[in-house]
Amino acid sequence: MQIFVNGDRHDIEPATLALALDALGYGGKKIATAVNGRFVAAPARPKVELSDGDKIEVLAPMQGG
Amino acid sequence: MAFYGVELSSRLLLGTARYPSPKMLAEAIKASQAEVVTVSLRREAGSERGGQGFWSIIRALGVRVLPNTAGCHSVKEAVTTAHMARELFDTPWIKLEVIRDDETLQPDVFGLVEAAKVLNEEGFEVFPYTTEDLAVADRLVEAGCKVLMPWGAPIGSARGLNNAYGLKAMRAHFPDIPLVVDAGLGVPSHAAAAMELGYDAVLLNTAVAEAGDPVAMAKAFALAIEAGRMAFAARPMEPRDMAVPSTPVFGKAALGG
Repeated sequence: MQIFVNGDRHDIEPATLALALDALGYGGKKIATAVNGRFVAAPARPKVELSDGDKIEVLAPMQGG
Repeated sequence: MAFYGVELSSRLLLGTARYPSPKMLAEAIKASQAEVVTVSLRREAGSERGGQGFWSIIRALGVRVLPNTAGCHSVKEAVTTAHMARELFDTPWIKLEVIRDDETLQPDVFGLVEAAKVLNEEGFEVFPYTTEDLAVADRLVEAGCKVLMPWGAPIGSARGLNNAYGLKAMRAHFPDIPLVVDAGLGVPSHAAAAMELGYDAVLLNTAVAEAGDPVAMAKAFALAIEAGRMAFAARPMEPRDMAVPSTPVFGKAALGG
């Protein structure tokens, strides 16, 4: 199935958010996530089953004013 | 000075964006003696992982972070960003920005009040980026905000205190709420002027980051803020319309014709 991570398309096997993040190299990183505009807390990531077309945002600490 | 029960000795809050290099950022923060720095959340690029390196720098400095919702244009966006920030940075503090206009980066004060209400009810400690409008400020306080951050001028404009009269009125109207001038400052005298009005602190970023020598400018702002605060505490004299001789007139020699 296709998912979109930070706007980029990825083809993955059906998975949870946690597994998809691991597969995309985000495992162990300091990140916060949202799926389709909704915040998904870190403890909930293994329970969120992704669906075709899901839009995932992976945010990290960044410079800000 | 305390924000939400957290005592701070520095009255300068410093932004972390737009520095020429990470090394310069770290040196400027040290020179400023700021105990609070603002940070944001952005998409972590698949290959670069720039956010992880930035976070290591901030961690090593041992400063407290104030995450922002910069760039958010709706209540939903700002609230979701705040939730992500709370988890990412492990803090209930949030610098709440809901922007209406991209030219001026003027806050959408209606969205701001609405988002502040939601976030305060959810246990956040909100630092709203607002204007000097007293009615809006009242609404923000009613919504549970215990700090207010009016702009000096539009973000990054370096124009200083556009409405010193309005900022002075705000200080008088909210004597017990910590007030921070946030944004629009260009030079240390702007920060000193804010402090002389009785503001509790100043938040700035671009004025330091885009100076020719950010480290020296960080120190200059820190000194100006300290001087301005000291001047406020020393109770400045009132301006007068007419001259008053400072040298005593009594005892002056009669040397005229």
